[in-house]
Amino acid sequence: MPELTPSQTVGPYLRLGLDWGPAGPAVVPEGTPGAVRITGILYDGEGTPITDGLVETWQADPEGRFPHPEGGGSDFRGFGRSCTDDEGRWEVRTLLPGALPGEAPHLDVSVFARGLLDRVVTRVYLPDHPANATDPVLALVPAERRGTLVAERVGEAEYRFDIRLQGEAETVFLDV
Amino acid sequence: MTSAPRQRESRYVRPRDTHPPLDSPEYRSTGLRHPTRAPIVVPQRLTEVTGPLLTGPIGPSDHDLTRQHAGEPQGQRIIVTGRVLDSDGRPVPDTLVEVWQANAAGRYAHRSDDWAAPLDPNFSGGGRVLTNALGEYSFTTIKPGAYPWGNHPNAWRPAHIHFSLFGRAFTQRLITQMYFPADPLFAFDPIYNSAPEGARERMVSTFDMEATQPAWALAYRWDIVLRGRDQTPFEEPHA
Ligand SMILES: [Fe+2]
Repeated sequence: MPELTPSQTVGPYLRLGLDWGPAGPAVVPEGTPGAVRITGILYDGEGTPITDGLVETWQADPEGRFPHPEGGGSDFRGFGRSCTDDEGRWEVRTLLPGALPGEAPHLDVSVFARGLLDRVVTRVYLPDHPANATDPVLALVPAERRGTLVAERVGEAEYRFDIRLQGEAETVFLDV
Repeated sequence: MTSAPRQRESRYVRPRDTHPPLDSPEYRSTGLRHPTRAPIVVPQRLTEVTGPLLTGPIGPSDHDLTRQHAGEPQGQRIIVTGRVLDSDGRPVPDTLVEVWQANAAGRYAHRSDDWAAPLDPNFSGGGRVLTNALGEYSFTTIKPGAYPWGNHPNAWRPAHIHFSLFGRAFTQRLITQMYFPADPLFAFDPIYNSAPEGARERMVSTFDMEATQPAWALAYRWDIVLRGRDQTPFEEPHA
């Protein structure tokens, strides 16, 4: 059987291959009813913003379906991609995901950067959602660190989710 | 009461002895960028066993990096071809492959690459292709040059092409680098050597005489292997 190919860093010049321009963060087109912005800063272990990173999101549509044969099918793109900017900021414009069987609404997140030899994976959960209390993934996370996986609502249609690769308030990363 | 072991529809093998440790001190930039706590192992559920099945964005000259400008780029024209497979040996059809690379002199067409090698006005260095029904991909480019970097005194990266792959599930996402055979810089490169011994060689392409085009282009072959499905039945935890 063929053996798995190792991962390598995206390096500092990732934009040459991975920058889709405005199409990257546009999980849904501008003006889509119900669209929200999810945005945040990617930080290193000294709290310095990372300006050569890439954040990607993958999620269900508001009905809990994925554009995939094993996920019920949907016209929703479900995928967002954002190269971090000169302030370390990433963002996507999307619809809030619906709940899944036995799971609270969430987005899966991959983070890549110069200095990261493999992607790290985390999840964005929605603040104050009643299903968070019984979510099986959140239940595996020590209570005092769970907050790093929950976005903060900062406006009518805007959520903030910072990602800290290292340090005191290090984001919880998941081995999927 | 016990529940019968059952097979989930999809569950992907967890890689072992394959990926570099995130804390790899020889590669200095990992210092402040590797998480210090172990990731929490979570079961693969719907969000992980599905993934984006993208067919774009792909432009008309994205498969040929030598045809993206009015003139031809400097350097040795090459065809890079191979298959995307999973570790069960199954081809991954219709999947997006994105590549980027330095020009023949080892310079990236990127505002923050400013080392003393010439830019090539006829080379941008980014490409995209989809695999066919057999999981095969192919693109035309020029052989990238090696380049110096600031990791340690007299540090040079062996020539490489960056590759990004999706597969068919979130668990299969992979970004890596393809190298060229017998590069004398391998021994000195902390990024290449960050992958475990026995695994790093899988990132090295082979020269492929059969895929060359007479009086036109040399060719290199490189297969990429993503996580396959785990066939071991497992016990559902009790409710
Ligand atoms: Fe590179």
